[in-house]
Amino acid sequence: MSASTTAQEPTRRDFLYIATAAMGTVATGFAAWPLISQMSPDATTLAAASTEVDIAHIPEGQIVTVKWRGKPIFISHRTTKEIEEARTVPLGDLRDPASDESRVQKPEWLVVIGICTHLGCVPLKNDGPFEGGYFCPCHGSVYDSSGRIRQGPAPYNLALPPYKFVGDTKLTIG
Amino acid sequence: MSGEPTYVPKSRLAKWFERRLPLIGLLHTSFVAFPNPRNLNYWWTFGGILSFMLAAQIVTGVVLAMHYTPQSTLAFASIEHIMRDVNYGWLLRYMHANGASMFFLGLYIHMARGMYYGSFKEPREVLWLLGVIIYLLAIATAFMGYVLPWGQMSFWGATVITSLFSAIPFVGDSITTWLWGGYAVDNAALNRFFSLHYLLPFMIAGVVILHIWALHVFGSNNPAGIEKNSNKDTLPFHPYFTVKDGFALVCFLVFYGWFVFYIPNYLGDADNYIEANPLQTPVHIVPEWYYLPFYAILRSIPNKLGGAAAMFAAVLIIAFLPWLDTSRVRSGSYRPLFRVFFWLFIACVVLLGYMGSQPPEGVYVIAARALTAYYFLHFFVILPLLGKYEKIKPLPASIYDSVLSNSPKAKTADPMRLGEPH
Repeated sequence: MSASTTAQEPTRRDFLYIATAAMGTVATGFAAWPLISQMSPDATTLAAASTEVDIAHIPEGQIVTVKWRGKPIFISHRTTKEIEEARTVPLGDLRDPASDESRVQKPEWLVVIGICTHLGCVPLKNDGPFEGGYFCPCHGSVYDSSGRIRQGPAPYNLALPPYKFVGDTKLTIG
Repeated sequence: MSGEPTYVPKSRLAKWFERRLPLIGLLHTSFVAFPNPRNLNYWWTFGGILSFMLAAQIVTGVVLAMHYTPQSTLAFASIEHIMRDVNYGWLLRYMHANGASMFFLGLYIHMARGMYYGSFKEPREVLWLLGVIIYLLAIATAFMGYVLPWGQMSFWGATVITSLFSAIPFVGDSITTWLWGGYAVDNAALNRFFSLHYLLPFMIAGVVILHIWALHVFGSNNPAGIEKNSNKDTLPFHPYFTVKDGFALVCFLVFYGWFVFYIPNYLGDADNYIEANPLQTPVHIVPEWYYLPFYAILRSIPNKLGGAAAMFAAVLIIAFLPWLDTSRVRSGSYRPLFRVFFWLFIACVVLLGYMGSQPPEGVYVIAARALTAYYFLHFFVILPLLGKYEKIKPLPASIYDSVLSNSPKAKTADPMRLGEPH
């Protein structure tokens, strides 16, 4: 700014230039904020209600899909064999180590968000090399009966939604 | 812009206007009198073809928007309404959908021509960078346009591509939610994609103007890759290049028309005639053909962040070409080794495209990995080393000489008959 007046003391004019530019930057930031914020989910989307599911009719070995916040939720009624397989795997073999116990509230019910952690496709249920597991057709990620990543490009296990059991036959997600 | 003869307004109205805004004079120097190298071949006609296709996309797009509804429960039906009910709606939509493919075809040929003849080299680096910006904008525009019909491929393509941003450490998920305006691709995303799909082509048009401006500072490169240095090396843009570009455009339009009228869905995906279903992913998600090489690179790396980073790097590396190709000779015609590696690179990109269209398993994964490695090897190792060690053929003394030495007839012909601008 004071390039033409080399090695001189900064003047009051220099200070005013810098102060004006700084205030202009701050003002631009404030003006841009509504333009950026409008793209985020609004309060009606954030307040998406919880979903209640009747699980009494789901037989053992079946996995059903319900919708919560626009996302598919897999509810798996696991067989004894699937539970046993999920619990005998050494944690060291897993890419995203988590015990099966830490991923379920009741051993026979697995509730996960049915979105592949790679690029967001919906994996196929009861598919892939693991019994009661999941296979993503997009890029070949394989999940076991606990929804944990075992093969393919996905970095994490299938995510767990917040949920709780209401009595023995009802499930509230969210 | 050293074009002569200059524009001289004749009528009183033209004189009155020119004194106040010298617009016609600018257009005259740029597109009538502008001296172009006389040796330009048909690979140089794709700039004009691309300008035409951009205009065609804007015109058909604006009229399609008069009938389209950007609302997630109505969008798919409004496309069918365009196809079945709107007068000539089928034609306009097929022109627009295939026009996007034709734009990319022209863009890839235009880029390959620049790579072969070294059009990006000093002093045309900014010209090249503006072209890369046009390419990036075209990628974004076409991606968002493909989402609008709200079919299964629209929806899942949008989901996969926006999820790429979730690979960014720490803030990825927040960015993805912000891009979607929700927790999944839904109405909010569809609306903003429509808005931006309408906006971006006009931004492309703006960058095209800068691109032409930068082009006209030094003028076109040419097959000999040497600068013009006398009037003997050039011909005026009109009629020589307006006619040549026009003929090439007509041939290109015949090809385009063949797609529009005979195989309008050949380049599309049948799954996109099924309405979007957020609970069911199609068995094979395949992007449009013009993204396939980059899609193959994304899938070839068995790590989420690594795959996304490699894909973006593969696109952005094109911008660094002026500094990676170290050879001082521009044209591939005088670089025997480069010519081999250029065609190997083209084969690599085409094969990557094929791998991207195949399911990600078995031999396809291994081949895609090898090709991805070669793609980056070409830019980071082969091009820099070639420039240092390659033995080049002797360059012609001038553009005029290069033309005459190629044509036995021209040697005996009167040079005046070749249409010199006095």
